[in-house]
Amino acid sequence: MNSSASTMQFATQASRSLQLRSRVLIGLGIALAILVVLAAGIGAVSIPPLDVLKLLMSPPGSAAWQSIPQEQIQQAMVLWNIRLPRLALGVLTGMALAVSGAAMQALLRNPLAEPGLVGISGGAALFAALAIVLGGGWMVALHEMIGEFALPIFAFIGSLIATILIFVISTRQGKTSIALMLLAGIAISSLCGALIGLMTFIASDLQMRSLNFWSLGSLGAATWPMVTMVACLSGSSVLVLLKQSSALNTLALGEVQASLLGISVRRLNQICIAAIALAVGAAVSVTGIIGFIGLVAPHLVRLSVGPDQRLVMPAAALVGAILILLSDLLARTIAMPTEVPVGIVTALLGVPFFLALLFRMRRKIGI
Amino acid sequence: MLEVINTGLNIGSKTLLSDINLMIAPGELVAICGPNGAGKSSLIRLLSGELKPSVGEVLWDSKPLSEWSLLKLARQRALMQQHAEVGFSYTALEIILLGRHPHHQGTSRPQDYQIATAAMEEVDASHLADQVYTTLSGGEQARVQMARVLAQIWEAAAGPRLLLLDEPTAALDPRQQHRILDIARKWANKGDVAVVAIVHDLNLAAQYADRIALLRDGRLQAVGEVETIMTPAMVEACFDLPCVLLNHPDGGTPMIAARRQL
Repeated sequence: MNSSASTMQFATQASRSLQLRSRVLIGLGIALAILVVLAAGIGAVSIPPLDVLKLLMSPPGSAAWQSIPQEQIQQAMVLWNIRLPRLALGVLTGMALAVSGAAMQALLRNPLAEPGLVGISGGAALFAALAIVLGGGWMVALHEMIGEFALPIFAFIGSLIATILIFVISTRQGKTSIALMLLAGIAISSLCGALIGLMTFIASDLQMRSLNFWSLGSLGAATWPMVTMVACLSGSSVLVLLKQSSALNTLALGEVQASLLGISVRRLNQICIAAIALAVGAAVSVTGIIGFIGLVAPHLVRLSVGPDQRLVMPAAALVGAILILLSDLLARTIAMPTEVPVGIVTALLGVPFFLALLFRMRRKIGI
Repeated sequence: MLEVINTGLNIGSKTLLSDINLMIAPGELVAICGPNGAGKSSLIRLLSGELKPSVGEVLWDSKPLSEWSLLKLARQRALMQQHAEVGFSYTALEIILLGRHPHHQGTSRPQDYQIATAAMEEVDASHLADQVYTTLSGGEQARVQMARVLAQIWEAAAGPRLLLLDEPTAALDPRQQHRILDIARKWANKGDVAVVAIVHDLNLAAQYADRIALLRDGRLQAVGEVETIMTPAMVEACFDLPCVLLNHPDGGTPMIAARRQL
């Protein structure tokens, strides 16, 4: 083989992996876009997909909004005030949970790490609930000052405490015990669940949404200010995590080799823990705990394109968004006119995955 | 030049290494030998910068390891460890490409694929490229790890390069053991690469190393040319093993054979 031919070969190998990456991401992006349009039209007020596209071109306040025919004005209101913020919140939450899950799995070197399972979402929900119930007057004042950004401050503290606890308990000298991680997760989740339950009973009806909301999650209360808040906080954290994807790859060789490859493992851990806590905390403060997305989305991606984090993380973001939109669609249509909490659907979807993974990892966990 | 100056290592109240003095120049292959528990792995971890010395200093290219930036060091120094476990189902090629991370820190470029492929050829592992690392045998995993560390310091760097091998031959059959040490020898012969390898088999070390360092109870008992170390007296003092000296029929490399103990 002459040298120019072999150079070509390696250029092809490199570009093939980039091609795979862009093909997967574009494909998933298109699937997500189609799902958004379809889901926006499904519900008590049904809107045909073409009309959804037309109405999307005429946001409230624009000149086009004025020219919406009278019989479509109700559809437009439903679309812009109810469906779209709900979909946007779903997409952002799905991305935050899936990317956080993928990052945790790389950091803890096992595929079972998931924000819901190990209590990070629980910590966020508990501190959000505590702030609402015990915050009283100054919580109202804080809300007046910074609006939707008030609650996630507390949720972030809760998820950060839970994340740090999980890391401290389950890792020692650069090694992670999967069993300890899961057990610590059970303990933290149970404690958070119990305390949230207690809060819902002390609180007045006005203060507190239901126990169901916190423990099973819902996208039903979505508003545009919430979407803005989650886009700012979870969105930026997701970008930070995506930037670490190549460094997270090297952790597969263990912490020692990662640092010999030039990664400051301590710093990487700190950055990722803070970003995971913020991504999850901000989302959970307005959606409650939606489980298993962080487990299922990265796992599905790894099954189909392999474990390279540089592809797994962005692809999992899109798959997470798709999964949450599908789950929410099911949750709000299966028992119309009432809604099933979306966490019930994601659990039905996720638990079989979790059990299958557990089954495959029996030996590694130590049975 | 790798310089270990009056260095010791304590972990808790335990002294793992003491009074270590060792100079290793680029172009040289130094084998570290010694009985189990002598501190060989601790020494190589000290040389890699993973462990910081409790006493004294380790200098690379005239600068203490602790003052090097992790990234710059990563482009010049690589360590192959024993028992390398890998999480998730990366293929052999993907593992080897991880060795290129310090050079691109993001997306693998064509030259990274080229180097990974060449490194695989070097260790006779090209056929393993697309296999999942965790499904490989111990010997195959060792060769893939060897290819990965070679890929990490493949190109001539701004300064000298350092290749550290912690029992690279542990899981290998005799043919592969020779192959790996032959590669280590070739790399030392490049001139700008210093190679340090922990080798259990003294005769294997004698065939490929320039110098042998004998370590016992955390102290360097002797460091020197193969001929000066491979004597029955030296070996018996280090290993408590009575032995006789032989000469390899090809080229006369000194070899040691143990006496049967009754």
